[in-house]
Parts: sequence; structure tokens; C-alpha cells
Amino acid sequence: MSEKDYLKDISEIKDIMNRSTRFISLSGLSGILAGTYALIGAYIAYMLLGDANYNFDYSTEILKTNYTTLSSLKNSLIGVALIVAFLSVISAYFLTKQKAKKNNENIWTPASRQLISSFAIPMITGGVFIFLLIQKGIYGIAAPAALIFYGLALINASKYTLSQVRFLGVLEILLGLLALVFFGNGLLFWILGFGILHIIYGALMYFKMERN
Amino acid sequence: MKDIIKNINKLFDHRIRLGIMSALMVNDTLDFNTLKELLDVTDGNLASHIKALEKSDYIKIRKSFIGKKTNTKYNATHLGTLEFKKHLTALERIINNKL
Repeated sequence: MSEKDYLKDISEIKDIMNRSTRFISLSGLSGILAGTYALIGAYIAYMLLGDANYNFDYSTEILKTNYTTLSSLKNSLIGVALIVAFLSVISAYFLTKQKAKKNNENIWTPASRQLISSFAIPMITGGVFIFLLIQKGIYGIAAPAALIFYGLALINASKYTLSQVRFLGVLEILLGLLALVFFGNGLLFWILGFGILHIIYGALMYFKMERN
Repeated sequence: MKDIIKNINKLFDHRIRLGIMSALMVNDTLDFNTLKELLDVTDGNLASHIKALEKSDYIKIRKSFIGKKTNTKYNATHLGTLEFKKHLTALERIINNKL
């Protein structure tokens, strides 16, 4: 065997180690779409909150309208968030499937299974945590908590996919903590974290790896 | 130089066997189909190379059942891991010496 073959062996070893532990076909385009859905969702939420503010008496901090309005507002906001999350997951699934096909990568591999479970555990924990907060009438920290748990889920999952995902996770956590510092601006940080960051990250990934 | 060549493991001097070992270095266990996809080889080809590695005690085969279907998983043994590391070091040395 010549030295060139030995070099080839080394690169082959590296390639197989990477491919067997990392699922790299995550689509950048799906990040752009998820960000767009989040922006549209935030706009709808803003309109809903605006309507509610109209009925809000700041001197007594009590909603003039009856309790059902508050409860239906709560339900509509949760509904918007769930629809945004659902559409993002569906888009990510189909675009990733398409990209995997192009890369000749199977979508259901040990690496992708690890990726999903390591993402899902912090994410579902966060989802239940926020749901329980809202049930107890604590709304203020829902948006910061969503950003923080999402960031933790990304960092946890980044071991099994593109390492840049880790960086996105760190930024989401920072935004979540800042949302607590600047308490009461949940929607703004939601727009930054789930909207703008996703679009920037998705676009960077797309232009870096998929444009050809 | 002869010393280094001695550490080159003949068993790893083959793309598929090298691939099986590389994958098992970074995964606790892998099943047959995953290895097949990863290395892009036929059933028979993979099976014969697995057998060769198993015979040298570099990998271990574990059979279990999922319902009625058998599920065969492979993992690297301690010996296999050691030998693979030795092989890697030898490869590195050869390349460093010649460059």
C-alpha cells in the first residue's frame, strides 16, 4: 500500500465516523420557513394582544371585559404558538427528507434517532413546564422559558448534527435570559429568537451548503 | 520503518473492514442494516468481513429478538478497540514520516 492509500484510509475513517454519528441533512431552508412562520405568528399575537389591551383598564390592571375574554385570548395565543410549531416541524421534515435524498443519506439512521430524542427531551420538558405555568396563571416567563428550553434542546441535539446548531442554541438561551432582564417584552424577544435568528441562521446555512 | 509497518494491521487493510471498525469506534452498537447503508455494500460482502473481524475477536455479535424478527447488533471488543488505535497510530506515523 502506498502512502496515498494510507491518507485515503484516514479520510475514510473520519468520514465514516462523522456519517455514523451525525445527521447532516438538516435543511437551512426549513430554518428560514420556521422563522417566517414565527414572524407571522407574532404578528397575529400582537393583533390579539392589541385587541385585549383596548379592553384593559391600566389604573386597576383588570380586564374590563369578563373572564372568558382573557381565557379565550390565552387559548388563541397558545393556538397560534402550537400552529407555528406544527408548521415548522412539518416543513423541516419534508425539506430535510428532500435534502437527505439529494445527499443520498437515509433519513432514519441511528444518528437521526439520537438527534430527535436529544432534541425532544428538553423541548417536551419545556413545553410541559410552560403549559403548567400558564395553567397557574403565570404568563410573564412563558416566552423567556420557551427560548431557554429551545436553546438547551438545540445544544443537546448539536452533538448529532451540524456543529453550528450549538451556536444557535447559545444565542437562543442568551435571548431567553435577556427576555427576563427586560421583563414584559416577551413578544419582542420571541420575534428575535424564533423569527429573526432562524431566518439568519437558515439563510447562512443555505448559502453555505445548499446553494449549488 | 520496519517497526511501523509491523503495527499496520493486515485485517484493517481493507476498506470495508476498516469502515466497520471506524463506525463501531464511535457507536456503542450498530445493526447489520445500518452498517450496510453506511458502507454501501451488499449483504454477502458485509457478512464475510464481519465474520473475519469476529474470528479475530475484534467485534462481538449480539442477537436479540424484536417480535419474531432477529435483530443482530455488533460492537467492538476491548481488543478490537486497542488494535484499531494501534493501527491508527501506525498510519499517522507513516504519513508523518513521508511528508
